[in-house]
Amino acid sequence: MSEVSLKVNLLGKELAGPVIGASGTFGFGAEYSDIVDLKKLGGVSSKGITLIPKYGNEGERLLETPSGLINSIGLQNPGVQHFIDHELPIMETLGTAILANLGGGCIEDYEKGAELLNDTAVDFVELNISCPNVKQGGIAYGIQAESAKEVVSRVRAVCKKPLIVKLSPQAEDICRMAVACVEAGADALSLVNTFQACAIDLEKRRPVFNNIFAGLSGPAIKPIALRMVYQVCGVVDVPVIGLGGIATGNDALEFIMAGATAVQVGTANFMNPKACETVTDEIAAWMQAHGVKTLDEIRGCARV
Amino acid sequence: MHATACDVKVLEHLALTDTIRLMTTSWPRRDKAPKAGQFFMLRCWPADVAPVLSRPISVHSYDAAMGTIQFLYEVRGKGTEKLAALEPGDTLSLVGPSGNGFDVESALGKRVALVGGGIGTAPLYQLAKELNAGGTKADYFCGFRDEPYGVEKFATLCGKVQLATDSGRYGFHGFVTQLLNPEEYDLVLCCGPEPMMKAVAKLCEEKGVTCIVSLERKMACGIGACLGCTCKTTTGGKCVCKEGPVFDSKEVFGA
Repeated sequence: MSEVSLKVNLLGKELAGPVIGASGTFGFGAEYSDIVDLKKLGGVSSKGITLIPKYGNEGERLLETPSGLINSIGLQNPGVQHFIDHELPIMETLGTAILANLGGGCIEDYEKGAELLNDTAVDFVELNISCPNVKQGGIAYGIQAESAKEVVSRVRAVCKKPLIVKLSPQAEDICRMAVACVEAGADALSLVNTFQACAIDLEKRRPVFNNIFAGLSGPAIKPIALRMVYQVCGVVDVPVIGLGGIATGNDALEFIMAGATAVQVGTANFMNPKACETVTDEIAAWMQAHGVKTLDEIRGCARV
Repeated sequence: MHATACDVKVLEHLALTDTIRLMTTSWPRRDKAPKAGQFFMLRCWPADVAPVLSRPISVHSYDAAMGTIQFLYEVRGKGTEKLAALEPGDTLSLVGPSGNGFDVESALGKRVALVGGGIGTAPLYQLAKELNAGGTKADYFCGFRDEPYGVEKFATLCGKVQLATDSGRYGFHGFVTQLLNPEEYDLVLCCGPEPMMKAVAKLCEEKGVTCIVSLERKMACGIGACLGCTCKTTTGGKCVCKEGPVFDSKEVFGA
């Protein structure tokens, strides 16, 4: 496969491949170091971190659906400073790009978190304005374009790292949201986070999750995520990282042909712990079979 | 030590009761030897086939010389039904070994009771083996609803072996907690249904005896990446799959 290059240039940084381990499914990367060849990956997006450590949600946190997973983790994390002191040094040894996924309750928390990350080895800040599982997880900023614009511009003003904004499919209008974030200074966008979902426990006659609603991910959401990525790639000029239910090389190629610069793989890691590597290898095999030498040749090619 | 992923072969698969299976698989990774109380994520169906998640099953026995692992498990739902259909020669994927496991080293030389309930007895066999190899014969207390399984093989590894059943068909008619006197022990190591473990922990606490429990949770990744299996502890939330499943009872039931 020597003539195929999987390299991706994301905001001036060369990534080894187009596949990034998605936040919340990949820990801080080290957990997968004896399972996946992390050097083949484009990067690892950290578990969502917040200025103040969070325990996360009480009650049920996971529920399988026929083709997906509903989660209500609630941004459990050790806090930004702990991340910098303890998890980041290990991530630096993994040989892959580091995305720090930053959540927040109020704008000030986002700003302080971003400032703490400024003088660290983090390659990108992925601003999470889309966690559906905590009121203070940022979803409040992920619904209306005006709210997003405010938080993104405030973080942009203090953040020295390349800034990726992760969008929620709950946005009132995904295209307006995307444009607003770019206008506010986002260097790139990643989409989509989980879809708000619900399940009822028949025996208890109550919702399964304490928060009633929780986030649906996995293959079930892929076609809708792809639609949104397709739409957003048509209205912004910044790089778009596509995610939502990607489990195979073909899935990833669909997102790239829709215009995505790179992709993230999340829930599929639970279906196949080597999923990030498998998807990477399958992309390479497809390129090989089709005489495609670089992803630039096919990026956005399906757009009509 | 981080978990690894490996495709392995089923070598033997026995039905011990209507719902209990004992499966022996190969485990070629001697550098990743599992110890008592650790577990693996098991999967024998394709990534794109339901159920979405693999199933966490504890190590019942590890044979380093043979390079084999035994899993004793209960057929409970879609995942374990698929596992139960495996035949010798079939392939399944394992991710592990995961979790902290029991601290056997610190138990050696002590008066130890192993207390198991139902399928929670599964990890106690490997534990009894490791204790015995270290020169410590624990006493074994086990409780089952009705039909017991795997009790006899503890005889050579343990001192006293005591059986209770809810139905009274075998052994003592009642709960295993009625057989256990914690005052006779320095350490009680327990795995079973949570109400039973709580009852054992309470007995131990009343007598000032340390009680170690192994928890069960739904898991997605099984390796500490998703935080889906977090439990409350006196020192904050901990990952059952990575920082557990073995905890001091006071740490998890006191929280």
